[in-house]
Amino acid sequence: MLDILLSVLILTGAIFTFIGSLGLARLRDFYTRLHGPTKATTLGVGSLLIASMIHFSAQGEGVSLHEILVTLFLFITAPVSAHLLSKAALHRRVESQAQVPAQIEEAETQTHFAAPTVDRL
Amino acid sequence: MTIRLLPHPILTPLLTLIWLLLVNSAAPGQILLGLLLGWLIPLFTLRFWPDRVPIHQPLTLLRFLFLLIYDILVANVIVAFRILLGPKHVQPAFVVVPLDLRSDLGISLLANTICLTPGTVSAWLSPDRRTLVVHGLDVRDPEALVTTIKRRYETPLLKVFEPC
Repeated sequence: MLDILLSVLILTGAIFTFIGSLGLARLRDFYTRLHGPTKATTLGVGSLLIASMIHFSAQGEGVSLHEILVTLFLFITAPVSAHLLSKAALHRRVESQAQVPAQIEEAETQTHFAAPTVDRL
Repeated sequence: MTIRLLPHPILTPLLTLIWLLLVNSAAPGQILLGLLLGWLIPLFTLRFWPDRVPIHQPLTLLRFLFLLIYDILVANVIVAFRILLGPKHVQPAFVVVPLDLRSDLGISLLANTICLTPGTVSAWLSPDRRTLVVHGLDVRDPEALVTTIKRRYETPLLKVFEPC
């Protein structure tokens, strides 16, 4: 019974993580690609962690609650990195399928720095 | 006196709890060590967050958290289907959300919330902190998205952190 529950949780987690990375490969521009991985972390990793929690709690040795911390830190860091990535992309004017609001264009022009030249060997 | 000795009353039990989860035990010695850390860390990092965090309606915050978990679950499935259907079936768009929140903590929590609920990433905050630009994966109705974000996420955050 427990095994079935665990397998269902692990499978769900794997499927959602897979779909997240599939999104990275399939979608067309930088901003939509950003959605795949940030989403996979929430439900995909979430159900994997719940499975881990149940498994190790059922093994004896008391309740395993490490996983709550993993979830917590993940939920704090994932959005921050997603936000910074898209902010940097907007600053560098990465091509977008969607229309970039004029407001951003304006503000980013004012604080525009020359893109660093890449040294080639 | 209490302000100098205990600058963040909420942070202390939270850090203690995190410590106990980290060591995965609730032995009296660990609780004591956790309390010590929970007391010392806010003291040493005081300059990083000088203002006390006010939480006005804890129940609203709790309800907000449950709403968030529910939304994450539902929207995850939707985004998964969108990805599986392929790039022709998404309609990405930037939407501009005017902010009523003023505090840094409130704005960053709202931005985090938007990133966590699948289908939207908070992409850009205007330098004057009055508008947040959100990138949506599949936006059919930009105005509806803005009102949803404002009503569903911003209103409870306003109630909790800026009740006036």
